Amino acid sequence: MLRVRSVDASYGRVQALRGVSLHVDAGEIVTLIGANGAGKSTTLAVISGLIRAQVGDIQFDGRDVTNRPPHRLVRAGICQVPEGRQVFGDLTVADNLLLGAYSRWRRGGRSEVMADIERQFERFPQLDERRGQLAGSLSGGEQQMLALARGLLSRPRLLMLDEPSLGLAPIIARQFLDEVQRSRDEGLTVLLVEQNARAALRIADRGYVLETGRIVLEGTAQELLDNPEVQRAYLGKGYREVWE
Amino acid sequence: MAAVREVPPDNDVHDEVLAATQRRRAQKVQIAAFFLFVALVPLAVHNRYYLHILIVVGLNLILATGLNLLMGYAGQVSLGHAAFYGIGAYVSGILTATYGCNPWAALLAALAVTSLVAWLVGKPTLRLRGHYLAMATLGVGIIVVVVIRQTTGLTGGAAGLTEIPSMTLFGRELQSNMDMHYFYFVWAWVCLLTVLFANLVESRPGRALRALHDSELAAQTLGVDTAAFKVRALVISAAYASIAGTLYAHSSMRFLSPTPFGFHTSIALLVMVVLGGQGTLWGPALGAVTITAIQEALRPYADYDIVVYGLLLVVMMIVMPGGLSRALGALYGRLRERVARHRAGDVAR
Ligand SMILES: Nc1ncnc2c1ncn2[C@@H]1O[C@H](COP(=O)(O)OP(=O)(O)O)[C@@H](O)[C@H]1O
Ligand SMILES: [Mg+2]
Repeated sequence: MLRVRSVDASYGRVQALRGVSLHVDAGEIVTLIGANGAGKSTTLAVISGLIRAQVGDIQFDGRDVTNRPPHRLVRAGICQVPEGRQVFGDLTVADNLLLGAYSRWRRGGRSEVMADIERQFERFPQLDERRGQLAGSLSGGEQQMLALARGLLSRPRLLMLDEPSLGLAPIIARQFLDEVQRSRDEGLTVLLVEQNARAALRIADRGYVLETGRIVLEGTAQELLDNPEVQRAYLGKGYREVWE
Repeated sequence: MAAVREVPPDNDVHDEVLAATQRRRAQKVQIAAFFLFVALVPLAVHNRYYLHILIVVGLNLILATGLNLLMGYAGQVSLGHAAFYGIGAYVSGILTATYGCNPWAALLAALAVTSLVAWLVGKPTLRLRGHYLAMATLGVGIIVVVVIRQTTGLTGGAAGLTEIPSMTLFGRELQSNMDMHYFYFVWAWVCLLTVLFANLVESRPGRALRALHDSELAAQTLGVDTAAFKVRALVISAAYASIAGTLYAHSSMRFLSPTPFGFHTSIALLVMVVLGGQGTLWGPALGAVTITAIQEALRPYADYDIVVYGLLLVVMMIVMPGGLSRALGALYGRLRERVARHRAGDVAR
């Protein structure tokens, strides 16, 4: 479904990605793990057209989509839930969701969008209770749920999540990832970026490890969980009590 | 077969839509009340000077409303908004005074020229992240004044452009020295443009604009072409300035000089928006009234009003960063609460 081939990207002089290649097949949850500053967010930004790929190409559904403007990629079916949630704090919960359907409004028709929003409210009752409230007043977990629901309203085929569990209590993070898994079971394809490798690998099918802008490991989730390098660097074997 | 749950579409009216409808209705009432009040003003105010000031308030209100769209909704700053005002005024003035054009045709031509200039400035700069638009409009502000001063043959240069004919309405001349007629004419425009603005910011594009002000990144990830939206907001806000310019050209002096279209005015407009409250419906009105009053009060001290603006900006940022209209709104809310509590207390007793 998504194929990224030897992509380079940089911020001015700072090269952030060097020859990154990865692919995500339909119906998979693929996770991209790596330390802070490894280039995970940059990878997502290149895929969603926010940053230019200087070298390499990106294919979605077999078509070349390299460096397309972001709004066209959303229409093609790629949606990113950005790092740090980024809900529209000055807008109500319902307004946030309406904006999620922004790219479909013209095509989809109003009533269909409204029905979809109601469906999201059914799925996330905490949001339903707060639909008229400003999104900025929600708790971290609720904001993350809102960001997910908002992203889903664009009816993406590929959903990319950037560190959704960052700053959430472990229980809330787990609930969130369960929701992601549920969306996958309903037919969504997911590219999940996480620093919390254990949580990500628990729900993922496959994974990639990114280090200073390069992919250094790839494999099934189980292979990565069993890999001693991964255990040492990302799962903190031996430091379990510190992390959990 | 699994039963598909029917989700009733529109009949189940959305809370949010309801809230928006209520908000819109409240706004309509506010707008109607405000303009009814304005319509009654000339009954009380016979003094020509005051009517003239109220016309200036109207023009400033149009300018500030346009700038509010750009600053309060698209999150961009124009440091040369007076240039768009000037282009509108001079295109109208030149076409009617020199070429004998119909004032309405000139109004449209001015709109077209101003919008084109805004588009040319916005298109390349708004693709970039950062404050490039502020820099570019600052430059445009300087260039426009220089061009007006230098192209003496066309604009009259520093000496000014004179003998601009009156505005016409349904074939009758609006004698602009009979200020009452012109007062109504200008405020009809204010009314129209305020209603347009209110509808625009409550619409789907308006929501997208507010979103992009909140988090540009998130707006992009939802498929909002943020650069295109900012360009549109700039063009619309320049179009507002152009209309104000045309109205200025045909106002009582019927004379144009470059002075009112310089940096000074750009700053005054900026202060109106910030003082009144960016991103609110009534902010520009409060700002326009306050700043016009300050301008008139400080007229004997010429250029010192800019010092007052600077001070105002600093104080505002510290005391009420949301602007006058939000501060007043909060005060009103607190008063109502207190009254309600008082009543409840009475009942309890
Ligand atoms: N806006 C930016 N300007 C300059 N450098 C950046 C910017 N964003 C990220 N970088 C750099 O690019 C590299 C990758 O960053 P990022 O993709 O955000 O990492 P991650 O998401 O894995 O933490 C880092 O070295 C970071 O310092
Ligand atoms: Mg990151």
